[in-house]
Amino acid sequence: MVLIDFFSAVGDVLSSESTYINGALFAALLAFAATGEWVAERSGTLNISVEGMLLSGAFAGALGYHLAESVAVGLMLGAVGGLIIAVVQAEMSHRLTADQFVVGLTLNILVVGLTGFLDREIDPRADYASEVEIPILVDIPLFGQALFGEPWPFYLLYGLVPLSWWLVYRTRWGLELRAAGENPQSADVSGIDVNRRRRQSIYYAGLTSGLGGAYFLFARLATFDDSVIGGQGFIAIAAVIFGGWTLWGTMGGCVLFAGALSFQLSLQGLGYELNTELLQALPYLVTIGAMAMFAKRVRPPAALAQPFIRGLK
Amino acid sequence: MTRGARVAEWVVLYALSIVVALAISSVIVEATGGDWWPVLEALIDGSIKAPGRWGETLGIAAPLLLVALGTVISAKAGLINIGQEGQLLMGAAFAVFFSFRIGGPGPLNVLLLLLFGALGGAVWASAAGLLRYWRGVPEVLSTLLLVFVAVQAVGYGLKWQWLLLADEASRGNRNLVSEQLAKNNRIPRPDIFGNEFPITVYVALALALAVAYGLARTVWGFRLRMLGHNPRAAQRSGVSSTVYGATALAIGGAFAGLAGAAMFAGGGFSFGNYRLVPGFSDNIGWTGLLVALMARERALPAVVAAFVFAMLRTGAGFVNSTGVESRITDVVQGLLVLALLAPPAVVFLRDRHRARAAATERV
Repeated sequence: MVLIDFFSAVGDVLSSESTYINGALFAALLAFAATGEWVAERSGTLNISVEGMLLSGAFAGALGYHLAESVAVGLMLGAVGGLIIAVVQAEMSHRLTADQFVVGLTLNILVVGLTGFLDREIDPRADYASEVEIPILVDIPLFGQALFGEPWPFYLLYGLVPLSWWLVYRTRWGLELRAAGENPQSADVSGIDVNRRRRQSIYYAGLTSGLGGAYFLFARLATFDDSVIGGQGFIAIAAVIFGGWTLWGTMGGCVLFAGALSFQLSLQGLGYELNTELLQALPYLVTIGAMAMFAKRVRPPAALAQPFIRGLK
Repeated sequence: MTRGARVAEWVVLYALSIVVALAISSVIVEATGGDWWPVLEALIDGSIKAPGRWGETLGIAAPLLLVALGTVISAKAGLINIGQEGQLLMGAAFAVFFSFRIGGPGPLNVLLLLLFGALGGAVWASAAGLLRYWRGVPEVLSTLLLVFVAVQAVGYGLKWQWLLLADEASRGNRNLVSEQLAKNNRIPRPDIFGNEFPITVYVALALALAVAYGLARTVWGFRLRMLGHNPRAAQRSGVSSTVYGATALAIGGAFAGLAGAAMFAGGGFSFGNYRLVPGFSDNIGWTGLLVALMARERALPAVVAAFVFAMLRTGAGFVNSTGVESRITDVVQGLLVLALLAPPAVVFLRDRHRARAAATERV
C-alpha cells in the first residue's frame, strides 16, 4: 500500500509543472557556470574557482541592483564580479605560474569571506526579475512553462550556449584554445601564446559564472547570503566531466543533476523523504561512475590541469 | 648573485608581499568603517599572546600539518590529491565507528582509534587510486569529487544508530551527532605553562621529520621522487607506477584520516568537543592542502606554514570583539596565501628568463 502511494507520489511529481520549473531554474544556474568551465577546461586549465565566481557574481548582482534598482545592471555587475575572480585566478596561475589549485581553493575561501563580510557591512537589497512568457511555446504541456516562461535572464542561456559552441569549434581563437588544451608544446611552437589563451578562457568562465550567480540571485533568492551557491560550482565542474568535455554532454549533465535535485525537493514537498544523502551525492557518484566506465573512450583534454611553462615539459 | 644577496632578495620579496596583502585587508576594513589596528592586535592576541592561546594554535596546527604531510608524499610521486577534506572526514568517521561500535576502554584503544582513522582516510584515497590505475580516471578529478561523496556518506552515517549516531540517552535533543568520547579514551592534553594541547602535536612533528627523512634519504623515497619527476624513466628502472603511485595516494589519505581521528579524540572544543557532528572537518582538509602547497611540497617548511595558518584560525576568534565582522580573517588569510605565492613565482620566472637569454647569446 505504502509502495503504491509512493509511486503515485512519484507520478504526481513527474506530472507537475513545478518540478520542471524548479529543475530548469537549477539547470540554468549550472549551465551558466558549466559552459564557461567547459571552455576553460578545453584550454587545459582545471578552474576550481567557479564556486567563488558564482558567489562573487551573485553578490555583485545584488550590489548592482542595490545601487541602480535595475536587474540588467545587476547582471552586468554580476558578470564583472565573476570576471574579477577570473582575473586573479588567471594572472596568478597562468602568468605567475602559481599552482592553479592553490589559487582556486584560496579564491573560493576568500570570496566566501569577502562577500560574507561585505554583505554584513553593506546589506544590499535585490528583487526578483520579471518573468517573460514566450507566446505559444509557453503553452506546451509540462515543459512549456519551464523552458519558455522564466525570469528574463534565463533566456540569455539560449544565446550563450550556442555562442560558446561556435567560439570553441568554429573560430580560430577556439582552435588555438583547444590546441593549448591538447598539446601545449606543439601549440607553442606554432606560435600560439598558450598561457594567454588559457587566461582568456578563464576570463570567459568568469563572465559566464558571474552571470550565472547573478541570474540565480534574481530568479530565486532576491536576497544575498554567503551560502546561496552552496557547492553548485563543484556540481558544474562535475557536469563538465560527466559530459566528457563536450558541450552537449555538459548540458546533459546540468539537466540531469538539476533534475535530480528538483525531483527530490518536490517529493519532499509531498511529504516523502527520500534518501537525501544519496541524492545529494548523486551528481558526484554518477560522474565518477561515468568516468570509470568511459575513461578509456572519453578522455579529458590531454594537458588538463598541467601548467605550461615554455621549455619545460 | 651571491648567496647573501639571494637570501636578502627573498626576505625583501616576502616582506613586501605580506605588507601588500595586509594593506589591502586594511583598506577593506577601513572602507567599510572599521578600524584596522585593533583587528591586527586581536589576531595576534588570539593566536599567541593571550593566555592559553598558543596551545590552542598548536592544537589546530597539528591536524593541518598531518594533512599537509600526506599531501607532500602523494605530490612527490607526481599525484595531485585534492581530496583531503573528504579523506579526513572519513578518517574521523572510521575512528568514531571503532570507538563506539568495536573498541573498549584503555590507552591501547586510543592507539587503535588513530589507526582506524588512518585506515579510513587510506580507504577513501585508495578509491581514487583504484580508479586511476584500473580505469585511468585522473586522480585530480576523482579525489575532488569524492570529497562531496564523503560529506554525504558521513551525513548518512550520522542518521543511523548502528553506524555513527549516538543512542537517545547520550544525544539528548540533538540530531545527527555521535556519542561523546569517554574521558579515558581521549588523547591526553597536558598543561604546559598554562597552555594545553594534545600530544598529537609531538606525533605530527615527529612524522614531519620522518617524512622529510624518508623522502630524502631512503630507497623508497628516492623511487617515489623518481616516479614524480619522470614516470617513464621510473618504469624502465623497475619502479612500478601502479604500486608506488597507489601506495603514495593511500599513505597521503592515511595521513589525512589520522588527522581526522586526532581531531576527534584530542581536538577538544576546537573540533566538535569529542563528538562527530556534520561539518566536523571544518575546512581543515582544504587548509592542510594549502599548507602543503604553500610549503612547496616539502615536509619541514610545512611545519611553519601549518602554524601560520593555525594562527589565522585561532586569531579569528578574537576579531569579533573589535566590532569588525570576524569573516575578515578569511579575507586576510586568502590575501596572505595569494601574496605568498607571488615571490617564488616571480623569482622562478626571472631566473628562467635570464637562463634563456644566456642560452640564446651562446648560440
